[in-house]
Amino acid sequence: MTFAAGDDVVVSSREHTGHNRTPGYLKGRRGTVVRAHDSFRNPETHAYGGDGLPKERLYLVSFALTGGDRVLADIFEHWLERAA
Amino acid sequence: MSHDHSHEPITTAAEPPAAARVRALADLLVEKRVVEREEIRRRIDWLVSRTPAHGARLVARAWVDPSFKERALDDARLAALELGLDPGESPQVIALENTDEVHHMVVCTLCSCYPKALLGPPPDWYKSLPYRSRAVSDPRGVLREFGLELDEDVEVRVVDSTADVRYIVIPRRPPGTEGLDEEELAALVTRDSMVGVTEPASPS
Repeated sequence: MTFAAGDDVVVSSREHTGHNRTPGYLKGRRGTVVRAHDSFRNPETHAYGGDGLPKERLYLVSFALTGGDRVLADIFEHWLERAA
Repeated sequence: MSHDHSHEPITTAAEPPAAARVRALADLLVEKRVVEREEIRRRIDWLVSRTPAHGARLVARAWVDPSFKERALDDARLAALELGLDPGESPQVIALENTDEVHHMVVCTLCSCYPKALLGPPPDWYKSLPYRSRAVSDPRGVLREFGLELDEDVEVRVVDSTADVRYIVIPRRPPGTEGLDEEELAALVTRDSMVGVTEPASPS
């Protein structure tokens, strides 16, 4: 497991063609890991008839909204980078 | 018999194009032996047998049993099994507790992920583009349209269910319910309160 609760991360904004579960509005955004989930099949290959292996770790990541509110979203590890 | 006419597909006049597409897709999957028709029927039967009453039982137990609540916040799938509820196929289900300080609401901006086993099929508004886009850009405005005005000092946490985990909200227990038993409490727990867009009903 690469990240733990409390770690600051940035969601990758790399180009990606095809299915992925990383919402566009969060790409490039900085957030904080809230919880490490289990690992799950990678939807980017699983969606096209592949086995989705190796599984990727999923994290609940918290992002700031204006006014102190927050968005929490599940992001796969291979979309997260450690924040500088 | 002569055959000088064209055959229209057998559909009802009211069948929307999406339904016809789904039917054609199901026929094809059966024909290609990807699924069996019986399996499709079994899953539809299962889905329509799910109702928010299942989730309401979990919430009512969480209200009366703090240690159960802690277990549900960590793993609502195991907590549901403890109550004899079917948590469905989702590998992970997590409960989110609403308090006087924090209010959770759930959305799936990418599609319509929803804890169907505990809440039944999602309502149309949950799947609509306006809800999915506005829940993460103007959550307080969305909540206001559901009739929920939160104090400024309550933190709103919008949980975007994007992958394999399903989320169910444990709403705040309504005031004036101290004397109610678990069954009476469960009757107050509405579907929308478990999505986090309303409060539960008040005792009459």
